[in-house]
Amino acid sequence: MEELLEILQELHPEVNFEEEEHLIDDKILDSFDIVSIISEIADQFDVTISAEHILPENFNSAKALYALIQQLEDED
Amino acid sequence: MQNNVLDYLDETVKRVPEKIAFSNGSDNMTFSEVDKDSRAIGTWLHQKGIYRKPVVVFMNKHPKEVTAFFGVIRGGCFYVPIDEEMPRVRINLILENLKPEMILCDDETAKQAEAFSYKAEIVLYDKICHTEIDAKALLEIHDRGIDTDPIYVVFTSGSTGVPKGVVACHRSVLDYIEHLSEVLEFNENTVFGNQTPLYFDACLKELYPTLKFGATTYLIPKEKFMMPVKLVEFLNEFHINTICWVVSALTMISAFNTFKTVVPRYLHTIAFGSEVFPIKQFRRWREVLPQAKFTNLYGPTEGTGMCCYYKVEREFELDEAIPIGRPFANTEILLLKEDNTPAGQGETGEICIRGTSLTLGYYNNFEKTNEVYVQNPLNTAYPELIYRTGDLGKYNEYGELVFVSRKDYQIKHMGHRIELGEIEVNVNMLDGVKISGCIYDGQNGKIVLYYVGDMEEKELITLLKDKLPRYMIPNFVRRLEQMPFTANGKIDRVTLKKMHQEKTK
Repeated sequence: MEELLEILQELHPEVNFEEEEHLIDDKILDSFDIVSIISEIADQFDVTISAEHILPENFNSAKALYALIQQLEDED
Repeated sequence: MQNNVLDYLDETVKRVPEKIAFSNGSDNMTFSEVDKDSRAIGTWLHQKGIYRKPVVVFMNKHPKEVTAFFGVIRGGCFYVPIDEEMPRVRINLILENLKPEMILCDDETAKQAEAFSYKAEIVLYDKICHTEIDAKALLEIHDRGIDTDPIYVVFTSGSTGVPKGVVACHRSVLDYIEHLSEVLEFNENTVFGNQTPLYFDACLKELYPTLKFGATTYLIPKEKFMMPVKLVEFLNEFHINTICWVVSALTMISAFNTFKTVVPRYLHTIAFGSEVFPIKQFRRWREVLPQAKFTNLYGPTEGTGMCCYYKVEREFELDEAIPIGRPFANTEILLLKEDNTPAGQGETGEICIRGTSLTLGYYNNFEKTNEVYVQNPLNTAYPELIYRTGDLGKYNEYGELVFVSRKDYQIKHMGHRIELGEIEVNVNMLDGVKISGCIYDGQNGKIVLYYVGDMEEKELITLLKDKLPRYMIPNFVRRLEQMPFTANGKIDRVTLKKMHQEKTK
């Protein structure tokens, strides 16, 4: 989780990712961010997030995103 | 001869009045509705005595915004789109440059417009679209108009920190639409899926061919571009068959393996531009749509939309770049070397544009205009302007034009044209920043900012978001103890690039 928060913080130092739960719905993240986040996750966690997982519910909070990463890691 | 872009609409509305012209997937406007509202807005402007003036259009992306543009033209004025994505400071610079009498808004944007420091009359679309049409007055405005009258101003990044407003007229837009339509073979069955914002010239590709052919444009909601599966589903739901997108929107779909889940079923014409299309991603598109026509487009805003095209018909190696190709008919590209003589075979030169496609210049800025709209150095006999793009190019072994690099610090990032200097100027204006230097990591598509000062990175980004549009905000920000300088006292960008490479290894 620490690693993921670091990735997110680097992109948006002004956002509190531990608490924010509407990153997509409130338009805090945009398509630029999604692309960057996915490529950073691929580098650091060695998991590939593909289109079918790019859904608002998976990106609305750091927690949800982390759960997705874990799920993908388990599938490997 | 046609000398007004809305003559397209006048012909089409007779033919297919009830067909959908513009839609965002939930709200639609037919040609007849577009025609009626645009005439009402034109009449309202006439009654207010606003004629041959800039009219700022500040609305959410919606069929009504497009109709507002046409309404402004009906009134003999020219439209200037601004958007809530633009930060306040930038909007204010634009308004100060234009000094408009009025801002045309929808209910939502009107509240934001009231908070602008520049004061102009705020007018609601939904109010003035009920104005009773004065057909006689509109016809008079039409008949008095000439094709070199401006129809829009769109603002582009300026290296001094002040955006530049590019002014385009009926004639250059007509020239562009005719030639683009021929190359991409648009017709009445074309269903466009618009991606680009309406406040740039990129949307000309959809708006005016829609009027010309009686085609249909879907303005795809921006949030779809975050969710690739939903985006392709949108294309399929509305039978979209033609897209002219920036490369990053296309690669976003292919890079995440969207095609394993869903495939575009109706797409047959794909035009792209503004950036280099990585061949690996291009091949994925080609594989899934083997019958589709792919065309690379190239051109600066100053050349009205696009000015060159390349139909991708042969195979490309992974390390090859898709050429810019050749100019549209009625446009000439001059490749000029530093001594203003033409570049020979294999030689690099600056890409310069000659022809009707040239826009009129930068609004209220003769100084900047005269720097780049210049006398053709190959013609010493009579006045003739060319536009110097600042892009360097050369011809490859097939005689196709290829892009080489920029002459200066202008970059293309996520399809947007950005002056790194504009980012630096805005950072340097922040209290607590002594100096900053910006570089572009083209390989990873990141804007990287280095600065010296008392301010923390976090605070700097937060403050910068009030000044610059989202796409200009640096992706990496690093505070330094000292800025590296070259021997003659300039910021040493080569060293900054090396520092960044070390960091990302």
